[in-house]
Amino acid sequence: MDLRHEYGWPSPLPPSQRVGPAATLALAALLLVAGCGERKAERPDNAPPARASQDGDHWQQIASVLTHPRCLNCHQVEMPLQGDGRPHIPRVERGPDNMGVAAMRCSNCHKSGNNQASGVPGAPHWSLAPESMNWSGLSTAELCQQLLDPKRNGGRTPDDLAKHMGEDPLVLWGWQPGADREPVPIQHDKFMEVFRAWVAAGTPCPQQEQSEDSA
Amino acid sequence: MISVEINGEQRELDVDPQMPLLWALRDHLDLTGTKFGCGRALCGACTVHIDGEAARSCSITVGDVDGKKVTTIEGVSGPVAEAVVGAWRDLDVVQCGYCQSGQIMSAITLLTKNPSPTDADIDSSMVGNICRCGTYQRIRAAIHQGAKKAGGEA
Repeated sequence: MDLRHEYGWPSPLPPSQRVGPAATLALAALLLVAGCGERKAERPDNAPPARASQDGDHWQQIASVLTHPRCLNCHQVEMPLQGDGRPHIPRVERGPDNMGVAAMRCSNCHKSGNNQASGVPGAPHWSLAPESMNWSGLSTAELCQQLLDPKRNGGRTPDDLAKHMGEDPLVLWGWQPGADREPVPIQHDKFMEVFRAWVAAGTPCPQQEQSEDSA
Repeated sequence: MISVEINGEQRELDVDPQMPLLWALRDHLDLTGTKFGCGRALCGACTVHIDGEAARSCSITVGDVDGKKVTTIEGVSGPVAEAVVGAWRDLDVVQCGYCQSGQIMSAITLLTKNPSPTDADIDSSMVGNICRCGTYQRIRAAIHQGAKKAGGEA
């Protein structure tokens, strides 16, 4: 049920009628949808499992999830992104606990679940990832190295990472993002098969390559 | 049944737990000082306090506040709230006024947590409250004056 109609919300406008950056901020506030991205074709439940015949395939499939906006939008330096990677509206800063500043906190809007009426996404402990876990601007090779570095992954072993990917409710939100947001590209059970296979193979990373930022 | 303390009074709400808190406040409790702006947590007009934290009531369900304390513009009290409201009056901040209850709720949260904010602190905390009349300069001045009145700024 679309609760926007139930509670008298205006219907979302089609993308062609959404305002551009030149419109006034107040008008933009009325028209832009928090956290949304245009929905892409969703992978069906019965899609074949990701091919995992080689270790490199494992990592590339994992990277396709970790670099998806549902993950990457909050693995940023100072401010989160939203939708397909545009700036978060309203602007919110990291703050000392990764959850914003005095009167502008993540929890001002984001609660423990997706809000059906407003479309605002939610999951437990909604926050930016710690700054040490910034993934923006990394190549997939750099991301692989960072993910395995205890100084930059929250002190996690590969098994801890698998547990994190398998159980953390904020991570799991990426598969159930609500509204018209695109979920991450691989079904969760298939993703975990690939992730565990990658761990069992010794977490091989691809050859170092230059990131876009350093190129 | 949802049990919520609203402006110091315990209330029982027999509504759909998925109902936006803003709807319950305005339509079921007649607390119309909190305004509907965008309905998507983008403008700040619906800001209330939940357990002392600023929150956008359009994007929070009644079920989210079960067992919690909600304060609306009608129920703000204490030295910081009085200083902020007084400054708002002294500086005649309001133009059309539609956004101002949300502005004041955020300003109270800011000064409660940061009694002596810089301009940058004000900007980073108030950025989620939009004023289409453009009263931002007076809002900032009133927050500084409120900080002085509340004892935070020299």
